[in-house]
Amino acid sequence: MSAVGTLFKRELRSYFATPVAYVFIVIFLILAGAFTFYLGEFFERGQADLQSFFNFHPWLYLFLVPAVSMRLWAEERKSGTIELLLTLPVTLWQAVLAKFLAAWTFVGIALLLTFPIWITVNYLGDPDNGVIIASYLGSMLMAGAFLAIGSCLSAATRNQVIAFILTVVVCFLFLLAGYPLVLNAVSTVLPQGVVDAVAGLSFLSHFASISKGVIDLRDLLYFLLMIGFWLYASVLVIELKKAD
Amino acid sequence: MIQTSNLSKHYGDLVAVDAISFTVEPGQVLGFLGPNGAGKSTTMKMIAGFLTPSAGTATVCGFDVEKEPMKARRVMGYLPEGAPAWGEMTVLEYLGFIADIRGLKGAERAKRLREVGERLHLDGVIEQPIDTLSKGFKRRVGIAQAILHDPQVLVLDEPTDGLDPNQKHEVRALINAMARDKTIIVSTHILEEVHAVCTRAIVIAGGKVLADATPTELEARSRYHGAVSLSTLQPSHAQAALAQVADVASVEIDPQDGRITAFPKPGRDIFVAVSDALKVHNVTVHELALEAGRLDEVFRAITHPAIVEGRA
Repeated sequence: MSAVGTLFKRELRSYFATPVAYVFIVIFLILAGAFTFYLGEFFERGQADLQSFFNFHPWLYLFLVPAVSMRLWAEERKSGTIELLLTLPVTLWQAVLAKFLAAWTFVGIALLLTFPIWITVNYLGDPDNGVIIASYLGSMLMAGAFLAIGSCLSAATRNQVIAFILTVVVCFLFLLAGYPLVLNAVSTVLPQGVVDAVAGLSFLSHFASISKGVIDLRDLLYFLLMIGFWLYASVLVIELKKAD
Repeated sequence: MIQTSNLSKHYGDLVAVDAISFTVEPGQVLGFLGPNGAGKSTTMKMIAGFLTPSAGTATVCGFDVEKEPMKARRVMGYLPEGAPAWGEMTVLEYLGFIADIRGLKGAERAKRLREVGERLHLDGVIEQPIDTLSKGFKRRVGIAQAILHDPQVLVLDEPTDGLDPNQKHEVRALINAMARDKTIIVSTHILEEVHAVCTRAIVIAGGKVLADATPTELEARSRYHGAVSLSTLQPSHAQAALAQVADVASVEIDPQDGRITAFPKPGRDIFVAVSDALKVHNVTVHELALEAGRLDEVFRAITHPAIVEGRA
């Protein structure tokens, strides 16, 4: 097996070696359900779709994904295993990628376990399953972008709490990049061109268009570039801060 | 073979390692000595490819650790300081992972896992999570990880730290057994270890190489080298007898245990003369010993000359 595969397997297993994985999955499922049925008024809407389920994913991820990503590198650094890992015959890129993919798979498992809601909506009505699949895809891509941001910020510190808080803040800014809260602040100091660029970075607007069932190449590319950029930043940060 | 040339590491204005050059050949066990913060670990981290040198080069079996890092890492086993490991894994899972990432397969993989398990006596704990192990076992797991792929080059940062005397002895025996065809660097601040395992010792402090010699040569630098020490119930008689030996430069009495040490004049051999003089003067000695030299004293003299001079 390749180095990435071997590392990926070790990482993914390590989630399930401690109660962390189970706590995360249970909380994720409970919150996803609570949001959908109470805040999203799944039944009251009387619509055979999962809008009320997917609409809350960005906010759910905002707090749960940083809890997964905070340990990615901060823990390795704290326990000293980063030195072991990076002196094995694996490149830094392979290590960053394998850890990210394991975390992404883990969140993906949690997301897959929401399938009862999909069964429910199919039982109750006749939803457009194409839209639902597109929404799952968009949700997964957004989780990946959150995780990549978390990977980079986790690499910047050995303290998991700091990594968590930083990741929540940065993810929050990216979520709301298209909204007045962020745009007003940006427009007071920067020219209109930059403001428009910032508005285009919003997770919410890209996620919204995918979850409407419109799979636009630009939205997919946006999330993939976002992941690539933040993983590249992770590599740079680790390289820079290895000695600390 | 390990070769470093002007290997340096700077952190801003701080010079952690200052142009260290040395070569270690197969069959040699190089002991890295120095006070804490001397630059031992930093040097080893650069050789292992974890830290990037600020200047200079390090090569392992001819592979430059910066230009061909993967090739260098494959021929090398490395035990980082403190023997870190992923604590949630069991010993077997952990060593299995290392075997996989090192590319060991099939029968060879099973054989190596069995061998290191036996050599480091890990069989009893093989199914236990590493977090639950004692410090001694954790250290042995770390060593097992480093030697798993039977590397030509071993870099071990404080391999015996935290082990009890029996375990220390076993690890030293293991290093000696592997030394024949491998190139090994061991860092330590336990001086007795130097004699037990090293064929050569480098003393570094402040990031500089201050001495590079065999343990015996280092001992010869001690002022105790060639001195004769004895214990007796008649210290005044003994002192009088020793004073009459021509080649004795000075006599000292240890204020704690009353042990008398006679120092020779430079280059002179006084053992026979001293023992004859004691007989002639009828001094009963319980014990009489020729000192080879004291490494701890040499170590202090090399790394901290001011302190030793102040005491002397």
